[in-house]
Amino acid sequence: MFVAWRDLRFAKGRFALMGTVIVLITLLVGLLSGLTAGLARENISAITGLPADRLAFAAPPSGQSVSFTNSTVTEDQWNDWAKRPGVTEAAPLGIRTLNAAAGERTAAVSAFGTEPGSGLAPGTVGAGKAVLSESAAEELGVGVGDALRLGPLEATVTAVSGDASYSHTPVVWTSLDDWQKLGHSGTTPEEQATVIALSGDGVDWAAGDEAAKTEARTVDGALTAIGSYQAENGSLQLMRGFLFAISALVIGAFFTVWTIQRSGDVAVLKALGASTPYLLKDALGQAVLMLTAGTLLGTALAVGIGALVSGGNVPFVLEPLTVLGPAAVIVVLGVLGAALSIRRITAVDPLTALGSAR
Amino acid sequence: MSLVLDAVTLTYPDGDGRLTALDSVSLTVPAGTLTAVVGPSGSGKSSLLAVAATLVTPDRGRVVVAGTDTGPLTPAARAELRREHIGIVFQQPNLLPSLSAAEQLQVMAHLSGRAPKSVRGRAMDLLDAVGLADQAHRRPHQLSGGQRQRVNIARALMNEPSVLLVDEPTSALDHERGAAVMDLLAGLTVERGTATVLVTHDRTHLARTDSTATVQDGRLTETVRV
Repeated sequence: MFVAWRDLRFAKGRFALMGTVIVLITLLVGLLSGLTAGLARENISAITGLPADRLAFAAPPSGQSVSFTNSTVTEDQWNDWAKRPGVTEAAPLGIRTLNAAAGERTAAVSAFGTEPGSGLAPGTVGAGKAVLSESAAEELGVGVGDALRLGPLEATVTAVSGDASYSHTPVVWTSLDDWQKLGHSGTTPEEQATVIALSGDGVDWAAGDEAAKTEARTVDGALTAIGSYQAENGSLQLMRGFLFAISALVIGAFFTVWTIQRSGDVAVLKALGASTPYLLKDALGQAVLMLTAGTLLGTALAVGIGALVSGGNVPFVLEPLTVLGPAAVIVVLGVLGAALSIRRITAVDPLTALGSAR
Repeated sequence: MSLVLDAVTLTYPDGDGRLTALDSVSLTVPAGTLTAVVGPSGSGKSSLLAVAATLVTPDRGRVVVAGTDTGPLTPAARAELRREHIGIVFQQPNLLPSLSAAEQLQVMAHLSGRAPKSVRGRAMDLLDAVGLADQAHRRPHQLSGGQRQRVNIARALMNEPSVLLVDEPTSALDHERGAAVMDLLAGLTVERGTATVLVTHDRTHLARTDSTATVQDGRLTETVRV
């Protein structure tokens, strides 16, 4: 790093310019990562927070994928699952998005209907009793003991707990019987729910699916059944991917130009006896130093801006994974881009140092 | 320790054929002596220097530097030989723009795996020897042409080379500064016991050398001991 460190100080302008680009890319990727995680949390946290191993959907018609919107499971199906060997819990869960009102205030919420005592809700549900997530309580301006209206149903808040959210709406937990009174249906006398939350050990899931005419998925696998999540998350991840690729290309392009510019110096050093590993180490060290400094500064800025916006209405998650993960990826991809550019050092002919005017 | 070129032939690709740059050239430069290599442009002087510097491998013949036959050496071993035993004074100073005058010398130690700080004293002594101790902190763009050339010479001597290869060191200098550089090279050759090869067009320098080799069309036509 003897020459590289002095090059950094000597060509301050060029490295500052490139460093600024790295800072801005890191900032952008950091903010996008926080936003992606925040939006994902608003979409799926009620599902990922379920104490279940798998979720069983009604088997979709041939050629279609399972979805929370189209799935309706019956009491026979969850009873079938409850009898399967190894299944310790088969709890029906109804999911429906509707308007809730309390006094003058209204809010779009997701009603999650569960059997009392199933353990799926973070509090006690029962006839006319609802458990609200913190954001639902905040949006409706209600607390424990207050009344609210869920569609045609009147309920009393028995607990405010957790921050579960589904498809960008806060969750209100009700009993399954109450949930069945919400909204449509009623075309069949059977008990109904959306999915069955399953837990168990050594369960033959495929056989269970065949017997109950369902499709059981892991909780993570079930997330793709939320249509909005798949589209939204896919778009944001694509943007992040492009930003990572762009950062690697930009860094690679900078070091390509930089290496070409200093090929005369490299030839002189080779003529003086510098080994190729010495020159590669020197150049790569320079890239790592610039990348690390740029990403650290960009990450610090992303953390600062994220902290400012995450308290408000912007769904932003400020966690080590969302902050340090993208920074590490930028450093790794940047070093790869730089390494590909720097390898041209090996092709510099020291003979050009003889007779060259520098 | 000396430099020996024994029946060295070097050719370059030239269209469908090959161009002979050196044709069975033999030259011995004993330690502590200064040999000038003269000849018209394109005669092979630079090729001779490149072969002696191990920057090019000849087609035939042997090059022995400080007792080591360079023929069987790998590129890495040749680089190490250049670091430890060969000093090159380039035609143009070829200084690294980001390094100060002292650092131009210290980097030579760093190339050999030694701490640059540990050789700061030696770098200052050499800069003093070329009259630039008070310019040690200056970067190349802050030095005159003559000063840059003297740093170039001091850098070549930093690792105490056995062989010093000097390529037209005065071509960019006026007569007075050129003469001063020649005095310096002749003095350092004797003082430090290097086998010095000086490629030059300027015949006024020949009075300061121990022998003169004339190259014409890739052949060594005449060697005169002074």
